[in-house]
Amino acid sequence: MTPVDAKEKPLREEEGTELIRPKPSHHLLAIKVENKFGVLSRVAGLFSRRGFNIVSLAVAPTEDERFSRISIVVDAESAPLEQVMSQLNKLINVVEITQLHPDDAVEVELLLVTLRFDNKSIVAIQETIKKYKASILEQNDRLITISCADYPGKLDKLESILRDYPIVALQRTGQIALPRLEFLSK
Amino acid sequence: MELTGAQSLIKSLEQAGVEVLFGLPGGAILPVYDPLIESSMRHILVRHEQGAGHAAEGYAQVTGKPGVAMVTSGPGATNIVTPLADAFMDSIPLVVISGQVATSAIGTDAFQEVDFTGITQGVTKHNWLVTDPDEIPRIIKEAFHVATTGRPGPVVVDFPKDVANAKTDWNWPDEVDLPGYNPPGPPEPEAVRKALELIYQAERPVVYVGGGVIKANASEALAEFIKLTDFPLVTTLMARGAFPDSDSHHLGMPGMHGSYAAVTAIQKSDLLISLGARFDDRVTGKVSAFAPNAKVIHVDIDPAEIGKVRRPDVPVIADCALAIEAIVAEIKKAAAGKKSVFAAATKTKQAAWMAQVQEWKAMFPFAYDGKGESNYPGPIKPQQVVEELSAAADENTILVTGVGQHQMWASQLWSFAKPRHWVSSGGLGTMGFAVPAAMGAKVGQPTKTVWAVDGDGCFQMTAQELITCSQEQIPVKIAILNNAYLGMVRQWQQMFYEERYSEVYLSADLPDYVKWAESMGCVGFKVSEPSEVAPVIEKANSIYDRPVVVDFRTDSMEKVFPMVPAGASNDDILVHPSLRERLSREQ
Repeated sequence: MTPVDAKEKPLREEEGTELIRPKPSHHLLAIKVENKFGVLSRVAGLFSRRGFNIVSLAVAPTEDERFSRISIVVDAESAPLEQVMSQLNKLINVVEITQLHPDDAVEVELLLVTLRFDNKSIVAIQETIKKYKASILEQNDRLITISCADYPGKLDKLESILRDYPIVALQRTGQIALPRLEFLSK
Repeated sequence: MELTGAQSLIKSLEQAGVEVLFGLPGGAILPVYDPLIESSMRHILVRHEQGAGHAAEGYAQVTGKPGVAMVTSGPGATNIVTPLADAFMDSIPLVVISGQVATSAIGTDAFQEVDFTGITQGVTKHNWLVTDPDEIPRIIKEAFHVATTGRPGPVVVDFPKDVANAKTDWNWPDEVDLPGYNPPGPPEPEAVRKALELIYQAERPVVYVGGGVIKANASEALAEFIKLTDFPLVTTLMARGAFPDSDSHHLGMPGMHGSYAAVTAIQKSDLLISLGARFDDRVTGKVSAFAPNAKVIHVDIDPAEIGKVRRPDVPVIADCALAIEAIVAEIKKAAAGKKSVFAAATKTKQAAWMAQVQEWKAMFPFAYDGKGESNYPGPIKPQQVVEELSAAADENTILVTGVGQHQMWASQLWSFAKPRHWVSSGGLGTMGFAVPAAMGAKVGQPTKTVWAVDGDGCFQMTAQELITCSQEQIPVKIAILNNAYLGMVRQWQQMFYEERYSEVYLSADLPDYVKWAESMGCVGFKVSEPSEVAPVIEKANSIYDRPVVVDFRTDSMEKVFPMVPAGASNDDILVHPSLRERLSREQ
């Protein structure tokens, strides 16, 4: 599998003129692994051992209980992506590695954030919630917890807007992805 | 049939074909040592678990079979981490069974508990923690399969005490089920075709032979390839013996202490055919200056080696033997009815190239002061010892080394004839490797003479295994090139640290190696004069019933040449002082 240079691919257009694209050095790998003891540690250990950088990592069982899927965003400036993938492939419990290009995959990440608000800021916050199709999970007289699931790039935008307010806590899951339907039917 | 987990393990090891294991018992592995009494397998009781691991490596290297070691939990397990790392670097098939505390105690900091699968994750091809006694046969079958197929390597099976004591059934699986493990087999025809395109056009080719050729038992295929193409070749430290040194095509070892001809031929080549080699930094020197004008064909069974250091023009991901055989078959097909597969003009250029590399070989041999002088006053040159040992050896003699200057002299000056007759620690550079590895080699090939060339620093690290050798009647022979220094470090301090010698001097009179050898049941000799070297080697070679240790007192200040300083380009190779004038004329 040859690594795809994200720079050569067209940018994804989102809602009008907004352009959202991942960093060129970031690559999303979907790693299908055997659901065995210590498998996450083997994958994570390989990254640190070989000097590869993980940007985000999400792991959960798949539709087949024998396997889990690890969605991992790699910063491939630290090592050629090809080398990352072939080293991963050597792990006995790694069954399959797919590189998902942003154009060929549906990608979602979940963001949770708790903000401190006052009477003035709550209006703008609510507008942002509406604009980004986020939802309110909890709210009291001072604090509000919001969740939003969307493209990582869009969450970056949302996060940058919300950083104007006092953030009490913020947590993102790391992105998960599946190939677009057109690639599945092939 | 109901049996215990321990019995199931022993039975599984027997079923996997294990004949010998090297080990040392302890608390957590105790239940496994009990049924071992009735087993047909030979167990060799080492004095330190590191010895068990290196012995298993030596056994594997000379037999081509996996080496097996068994240790207890905690310190027993951690003591074998160095051999695991060594085997991982040098792709040696090793199966290590480690005791573990009971599953109920795991994670509680129990007595002699370490997280051994965690610790060995980075130095094994794979490892298993057995939690279900019914899975023992399956895991053992998988362990041997993983260790010995594809790019071979070490594996660990961590075996908790309660699993050993539990009752279970024994069912040997017909097949292994490892969906994520599919080692490459034969090469893609397209890759072979592209490789041949480069081969037919090459004017200054060099075949760069690595340890993969030994692992794949590809020496015969290699010999045929060389016969068909007439290309010169080099063999790396891991590949010594893959092709006879006596053949004129052979330019010797490349790399930091390689021969001038091997290093320079690679630098000037226009095609580098890498067979089971991995462009190690000790071979390439400064990577950006390595073989700058060469196209590269890279044959390797491990896809991760392709492009790791040098991006090849033609990658061939395949078993080395199958790849070379496929290339040979195509060349034979192309040659049918023709005088040569090469165009006449290309053939002429190749002949000129061959003449050039032969000239380098003749002009820049491995030189040392006093070479060939019968009345050289001494002290003994370490190179003389290796040359005399080699001269007195038959072609079935196995040579083992530790790590350092003595290793380089052994690799440079021994005349290798056959594969699997050379055992050395390459990638990890493990001092103390020689004595236990020699023991394992002798166990694997009991009818062959096994000589270890060792350094005095190395010998002191693992010499206790000579007690094992004496007791188990494993008559190895050890030649200590004793320069009273950690010689290679001293050489670097001399050359690159302005002769500021920091913590490298051992001792000229401690220990008394003859007494030490005798106390371990060996015959001991001490040799101080150049004229005594050959006679004592002859004496040592006539002893068959017990180990022999010869303490050769060698020149303390002798350096290994040629040398490419660390990080420098291979073009900046330093030759022996006696050849420098010749080299400057050449350049």
